Amino acid sequence: MTAVSWLTSPLSPDDYLGLLDPLWSARHPAGRVTAVLPEGPAAATLVIRPGRGWHGHRAGQYLPVGVEIDGVRHWRTYSITSSAADAPTITVKALRGGRVSPHLVHRTRPGTVLRLGPAQGEFVLPRPLPDRLLFVTAGSGITPVMGMLRTLAGHPGPVPPTLLLHSAPRPEECLFRAELAVMEARTPWLDVHLTYTRTDGRLTPDRIAALCPDWRRRDAWVCGPSGLLDAAERSWEGAGVRERLRLERFRLAPLPPRGSGAVGVPVLFGRSGVEAAAGPSVPLLDVGETAGVTMPYGCRRGICFGCLAPLAEGNVRDLRTGQVHGGPGEMIQTCVNAAAGPLVLDL
Amino acid sequence: MPTTAAAPGGSAPATPDADRTEELGRELDRLRAEVVAARGADDARYIRTVIAVQRGCEAGGRAALAVSLFPPAWIAGTALLAVAKTLENMELGHNILHGQWDWLADPAIHSTTWEWDFVSPADAWKRTHNHLHHTYTNVVGRDRDLGYTILRMSPDQPWRPHHALQPLYTALLAPVFEWGIALYDLEADAVTQGRKSVRAFLRDASATARKAVRQGAKDYVLFPLLAGPSALPCLLGTLTANTARNVWAHTVIFCGHFPGDVRTFTEERLDGETRGEWYERQIQGSANIEGGPLLHVLAGNLSHQIEHHIYPDLPSNRYARLAPRVREICARYGLPYVTGPLWRQYASMWGRVLRHALPSHVGFGSRYDGGVERAVDDAPGQVCQA
Repeated sequence: MTAVSWLTSPLSPDDYLGLLDPLWSARHPAGRVTAVLPEGPAAATLVIRPGRGWHGHRAGQYLPVGVEIDGVRHWRTYSITSSAADAPTITVKALRGGRVSPHLVHRTRPGTVLRLGPAQGEFVLPRPLPDRLLFVTAGSGITPVMGMLRTLAGHPGPVPPTLLLHSAPRPEECLFRAELAVMEARTPWLDVHLTYTRTDGRLTPDRIAALCPDWRRRDAWVCGPSGLLDAAERSWEGAGVRERLRLERFRLAPLPPRGSGAVGVPVLFGRSGVEAAAGPSVPLLDVGETAGVTMPYGCRRGICFGCLAPLAEGNVRDLRTGQVHGGPGEMIQTCVNAAAGPLVLDL
Repeated sequence: MPTTAAAPGGSAPATPDADRTEELGRELDRLRAEVVAARGADDARYIRTVIAVQRGCEAGGRAALAVSLFPPAWIAGTALLAVAKTLENMELGHNILHGQWDWLADPAIHSTTWEWDFVSPADAWKRTHNHLHHTYTNVVGRDRDLGYTILRMSPDQPWRPHHALQPLYTALLAPVFEWGIALYDLEADAVTQGRKSVRAFLRDASATARKAVRQGAKDYVLFPLLAGPSALPCLLGTLTANTARNVWAHTVIFCGHFPGDVRTFTEERLDGETRGEWYERQIQGSANIEGGPLLHVLAGNLSHQIEHHIYPDLPSNRYARLAPRVREICARYGLPYVTGPLWRQYASMWGRVLRHALPSHVGFGSRYDGGVERAVDDAPGQVCQA
């Protein structure tokens, strides 16, 4: 391929292959949806056949997916719900008012091509397996754990005792309820305890301790809303067993609250580690330069796109139009966009 | 116009004229917002189609040149490759590097990731073109594209004896235009004036050299070698295609800024320039070429140079539909809208090259430069390259 790339320079051979079939491109990996399986009224599992650029996944990892809607590619990350041995599947819950998730659940058909990022994340099973496992999940926090449970179910050797504590608002909103029941009945190593928060209340550290008395001696994986994660982190830290706990946050850790004397909202420059306060009408380019970050820049009036920087977290406001936009991975023009709230730039 | 030219250096007082300029700015902003809101799947399909056609032409052209001992294959291969290289530079490279397609959020078609089949690396070009040229369009001493540091295109530029030869080197530049741009993007003039460090220059020069080696090896060594007995015709066909692309790019770009009626500006113009005044300068500093859809797509829609300069980041396929509306707005605000068929713009551009080869105070000097601000024309020595 390297030799051939001299013939296609400045493009890569992939750019030609990808025109014939998007799955042949390794430079811009893609996958074709082969099945859309409904999971209740507002969720679906998409089975994906990845193309050449796919390097496999580990159960529990997440997958960046590029979906084209009205010409625009939207990037989202979803946990992989399949076992490491199978084709990757993602289980998507349609968020009301959302743009991408309803499209994936209700308007995606087999044959649709999705761009794929590499599978990422350290929320995975260790090798060798620990003596005892505990999974604590809430809502769609079950998705990465489902991939791990399916992997354990297919494990050739003995599987250590595993307890799943999962909470959902109501039984009908509990993803994988039937499959979990079957799995629990068929396998000796798995115990499942479901909590319905509308009637039973939330999973708290006290409740977790009551349901799993030996929680301190288990390797634990917790995934769900940040309230659950923060409570778990405090609890495991208090017991001196923080190293046994693995957390998966669907969003980055919330930024530190706004300081009393600071003007504006906090902006974190992730790569340089600099934090600055940004006024609502100050271009991010100025914010960064004032804080001493080396910023790419150009015309400073939104023309040349020399100042593009990847947004890691948060939203920005276009100072020309007032429109608020943003999302992880979006390239933004720092010279004409201001912070619309706490945000992280990948600079 | 001499009668309405603002006093140099003075900021214009708030007048009904200034209000009108700002109203023009708001009207053009609204037109821009309308296009931004309407961008969608059709536009995405357009750019992907151009990409597919370009790569198809390139592959077909290379294949035909591989057997170009057979004369019809030589003709077809050379023509296909010339079309592919033209599309690649103009409608794809130029426009994608402007960020016109960044809104697709497709990393494969994005100003930060795109690299083009041109000697100058994309990064170097984005700086001199997107930043310097598009910000300081036609401001003498700031816009290095105004004469590309070697040509004198305005009476505001001081005359030097070497300008007497500029008709000759303008003609010589056309067939090797991409090499001219690559040298120009290195900004050697900025190094001698102390605006760019020698270290930065060497870094840029080595990036350009690497790019040049790669592009040159592909066109003039590897494909001819693969063509075996057809090596020589293959090499000549590729050389012809590159030359044709260079001459065409030179033509389109020179016709976009240098026909006789296009204005130039002095640096004072930039002091406190408002959005409306910026739009006015872009309109008065650009010229369109009239023609059919094929001409527009092969020109990378830079035949709509006026629309491109007021909206450099809107998708190029939108310019044709915007043009009549921009023209109507210009008419309403009494702004010139310089446009004409290719042959006329080309002749006019050459008229300007010839005219400014001689010092302005010599006889027929700048009689046709109706739009140039005269206050400095009489003392050209005072306006020097910054």
